[in-house]
Amino acid sequence: MLLEGLLRTIPVSLEQGLAYGLVALGVVISFRILSFPDLTVDGSFPLGAAVVARLITAGIHPWISVLVAVATGFIAGCCTGLLNTRLKINSLLSGILMMTVLYSVNLRIMGRSNIQLLTVDTLLTPLEQLELPRLVPLILFFLVVAVGMKAAIDLFMHTQLGMAMRATGDNEQMIRSLGVNTDHMTVLGLGLSNACVALSGALVAQDQGFADVGMGIGMIVAGLASIIIGEAVFGIRTVARMTLAALAGSVIYKFIIAVGLRLGLAPTDLKLATGVMVILALGIPALRGKEKEGKLHLRGV
Amino acid sequence: MLQIEGLRKTFNAGTADEKRAIDDLDLHLASGDFVTVIGSNGAGKSTLLNLIAGSYTTDQGEVHIDGERVTGFSECRRAAYLGRIFQDPLMGTAASMTIEENLAMAELRGKPRGLTWGVTASRRAAYRQRLSRMGLGLESRLKQPVSLLSGGQRQSLTLLMATLHLPKVLLLDEHTAALDPKTARTVMALTEQIITDNHLTALMVTHNMRQAIHYGNRMIMLHEGRIQFDVSGQEKAELTVQEVVARFGGTLNDEALLG
Ligand SMILES: Nc1ncnc2c1ncn2[C@@H]1O[C@H](COP(=O)(O)OP(=O)(O)O)[C@@H](O)[C@H]1O
Ligand SMILES: [Mg+2]
Repeated sequence: MLLEGLLRTIPVSLEQGLAYGLVALGVVISFRILSFPDLTVDGSFPLGAAVVARLITAGIHPWISVLVAVATGFIAGCCTGLLNTRLKINSLLSGILMMTVLYSVNLRIMGRSNIQLLTVDTLLTPLEQLELPRLVPLILFFLVVAVGMKAAIDLFMHTQLGMAMRATGDNEQMIRSLGVNTDHMTVLGLGLSNACVALSGALVAQDQGFADVGMGIGMIVAGLASIIIGEAVFGIRTVARMTLAALAGSVIYKFIIAVGLRLGLAPTDLKLATGVMVILALGIPALRGKEKEGKLHLRGV
Repeated sequence: MLQIEGLRKTFNAGTADEKRAIDDLDLHLASGDFVTVIGSNGAGKSTLLNLIAGSYTTDQGEVHIDGERVTGFSECRRAAYLGRIFQDPLMGTAASMTIEENLAMAELRGKPRGLTWGVTASRRAAYRQRLSRMGLGLESRLKQPVSLLSGGQRQSLTLLMATLHLPKVLLLDEHTAALDPKTARTVMALTEQIITDNHLTALMVTHNMRQAIHYGNRMIMLHEGRIQFDVSGQEKAELTVQEVVARFGGTLNDEALLG
């Protein structure tokens, strides 16, 4: 009975894990590669959803709507970067400010707190109309998108520009003395990170059939939980491993949540459970007296 | 090659902690000069290098490199002309990135970076050759992260990185001070070899007077942000530690410096 129930949660965990895995990929770029604790995510995720919902319901083609959503996410991330690099606002505060600003922006974009997408044609409608169990084409779709994005990030991080971005997070003084403007790298990296996150929001909204102004709450903590879980399995030695860890971690995270729900965890307690997971993962090394291992190396805090 | 005129830098101006770190300093380096810099702690040696590199903004004065006025250029804009090595071996390399990636980044110093592949096969072969000439066995470890290297290996790698694309001026700030004596000697020998082989213009801060006297064709001594002693050529070649101590012992109240 229980085992059968667990097996049944696998496909939906896979689908959700891959869809939200794009958030985890974004978090890898900001937290891991740039060492920038970017909290914009809680605002840029619903931003992607809001833009896509508003445009699709206005009759714009879903593909174009998604592209515009990704672009707005990019801009939002750049804004956070500019707050930090230009106005010298602390990195955490920059993200919190943008996240707060985006709440109002998202309400403006949608004109209300919630837009239904169930009755309009979205990017996923053709997939849902196939003569297959609903989840099969969706899992394949999200797999292609998530793995494609992972591969794109892996490739980019090995270009001249991408290496300069990684060095910015690793040793800012060193790469500056090699002639790289690290402020530009921070702004660009946060733009890319939040573009990923907004893409996730845009696709999730179409998958679940609505965009809601509150759908980003706790997204950064969920993303962190995903990468922490994934890194425990795959490590962080190379960029390819980090991005793999993010996607796999996201799937495992969704699976753990699904199992928890089956075992009687109240949906309202989900964010509590996620928070506790992250606290334990970050805190246990300190309790064991091995602070260095657990610490994320972060700039500007 | 390097011209510094009337350079001034005051930290915490207008507060109780006001500190005049560089005080109306003039310095001219000819092409190929290898100048050692000594002075007690707080004399302004690091500040001078930071002002040349643009890490700090100047209060007054001018810096020219190879005839070009760079005063007011940002640090990353001046990077095109300068190679830099810091005291801390951790400062000069990106630990999580591989040896070949660090070299490739250094080779692009001061150049625009695009979406082309970071480490190409032909460059990798060139790095392998350059590394094998250093004799540290790093040529077989191109794909290992730099975090696995020892301090001396990291500092030697930094040295190679700084000179892969030859700088107009090489700035070294006590780059062997954090190493054990044997490694320090190896790195110092490598430094001299690289500087002389490539006819580099170099400014090398050292905490060791013997080193300062032994290396280079000119030595300057800083005291309270000014050049107190400037010696070159034959006179420098004949200089001894005892002589310097006899003349400046009063201002060189620094054990390590005399050791
Ligand atoms: N960033 C800074 N802020 C304030 N004071 C500084 C700073 N850097 C150096 N100083 C002060 O300037 C003086 C010269 O320092 P420095 O150039 O580091 O000396 P050293 O010759 O030992 O390298 C010292 O008194 C030091 O305290
Ligand atoms: Mg110093």
